[in-house]
Amino acid sequence: MSTTSGSAASHLATREEIIAEFGILSQRSDEGKRLVYLDNGATTQRPDYVIEAVSDFYRTMNANPHRGIYTLAEKATEAYDSAHGTVARFINAGDAGEVVFTRNASESLNLIAYSWGAANLRPGDRIVITIAEHHSNLVPWQQVAARTGATLSYLYLDAHGDVTDEEVDRVIDEHTKLVAVTHVSNVLGTTPPIAHIVEAAHGKGALVVLDAAQSVPHLKVDVRALDVDFAAFSGHKMYSPFGIGVLYGRRELLESMPPFLTGGDMIEEVTEQGATWAELPSKYEAGTQNAGGAVGLAAAIEWIGSMGGVEHFGDLERETMDYLYHALSQMPHITIYGDADAAHRHGVVSFNVDDVHSHDIASILAADNVCIRAGHHCAQPLLHYLGISACARASIAVYNTHEDVDDLIESLSKTRGLLGYGN
Amino acid sequence: MGIEDIYTQIIAEKSRSIANRHHLDAPTDVVAGKNPTCGDEITLEIDRDSSTIKDISFVGSGCAISQASTSMMIDLVRGKTIPEARRAIEEFHAMITEGELTDETMATLQDACALSGVSHMPARVKCAVLPWHTLAHALDEAEGKNAPSTH
Ligand SMILES: Cc1ncc(COP(=O)(O)O)c(C=O)c1O
Ligand SMILES: [Zn+2]
Repeated sequence: MSTTSGSAASHLATREEIIAEFGILSQRSDEGKRLVYLDNGATTQRPDYVIEAVSDFYRTMNANPHRGIYTLAEKATEAYDSAHGTVARFINAGDAGEVVFTRNASESLNLIAYSWGAANLRPGDRIVITIAEHHSNLVPWQQVAARTGATLSYLYLDAHGDVTDEEVDRVIDEHTKLVAVTHVSNVLGTTPPIAHIVEAAHGKGALVVLDAAQSVPHLKVDVRALDVDFAAFSGHKMYSPFGIGVLYGRRELLESMPPFLTGGDMIEEVTEQGATWAELPSKYEAGTQNAGGAVGLAAAIEWIGSMGGVEHFGDLERETMDYLYHALSQMPHITIYGDADAAHRHGVVSFNVDDVHSHDIASILAADNVCIRAGHHCAQPLLHYLGISACARASIAVYNTHEDVDDLIESLSKTRGLLGYGN
Repeated sequence: MGIEDIYTQIIAEKSRSIANRHHLDAPTDVVAGKNPTCGDEITLEIDRDSSTIKDISFVGSGCAISQASTSMMIDLVRGKTIPEARRAIEEFHAMITEGELTDETMATLQDACALSGVSHMPARVKCAVLPWHTLAHALDEAEGKNAPSTH
């Protein structure tokens, strides 16, 4: 395959070409069943190109970035630093200093809550999130609210499962200092009205944090066009290794905030009783970093570009999602949660089968090598709001096909019968 | 092992059965158990004296495996002495975690042996053992209550 950069996306790869990039997708179970991987919202598979890039880093340039003075270390430093630039171009950050590598979206969100929150929130201030947040964009705000005396308020959903503009205007007020919203809900697959939220928040002088964990693999995330102040995502949900995540922050915010973790590599100078901080992004990257992961993330971004880019992935996925949503909604005894318009869904559809617990659904599907997720999806307040304790979730990536959907539906159609209910 | 060997007819029936799903008039012990990761929740209501489980019932919700396991456990330990109940808990635990199904296990656990296939599904082990752990916890607490006070 070619290794052109994201911007040089001349070739729009077909789904078959994309599938051929993933060795793992041709795997079969011990019983000979094909792998139907529909848990991409949890983590995607990695193309061989990314796996090779990571191996190549360890095979040919392994050393601590920023520390050694020998050739190997120079290569590692160059690869690690240029990965920041690749990510910056991918999300259209102002420069590579606005891209901080973390372990995952959760760490990025905690970094904002600790560093920005502890320094800026006062009793009476308000933090606003939506009821659809993943626990990773919820618990850190609960914690910082408890420590600072700020309050945590919610944007709730209407009957269709959407946040309305009116709800945004009702909740975001002059006490609001920060609004943290998911770009795409990991349960409902839908997007809150980001443009309106940003306008309302900025109008009151509040900052906006975008949890882009579920959107980066499906949508173009342009942090400057979206005009958000911070953004967070994980590499592993976008074809990259585990253990590498991204925090985007506007330069003046990252410059003015105190560091999160302190120690090696993030300092400019240390005396017996004090220290000054390194330039961005090193100020927020204490200790030896996951250079192999950063190289893998940059490789994934290159790979996405070489296959036609993330908008092309979104187009291919929309077609599969339409087919999946339609097939599910035709089944008897199925309840689908959230917006009824499949075009509003990015990668995710959550549902229940009457009388059958979602864990039993997942086990029955697993026996057919169909991988979905069941449970509360780290969004307990949302499930409580929806009046359910658990649900099943099928989530797609660019490589999922109609055949995957057909296998899912066939397996699903057995669930009620196995548990002694009629169809 | 196919999925039909796990979701057998008896599991399906027991998971839906309401025979043991009710409150007791005057339970001596009420103990809740929960699988936080998957959301199974049961509350056991026990009527016992110092030696015997005279009656036992439950309320709760969750997956078929947790609910069937609860119902079958209740059938098994109702009317049993506390040492007999403890033995059943140990046998069940060994069956699920080690996958052992000896003649002795079958004699002790009877219908509950239908859950032995869960030993092949590591992700579901906690569903199957939930009621048994909850009962063990209840018996431990009861023992503490019965023990002569050291104060
Ligand atoms: C919307 C959303 N935010 C945050 C996260 C947390 O990601 P991670 O576990 O990689 O930190 C997830 C992961 O499921 C998610 O779906
Ligand atoms: Zn369960």
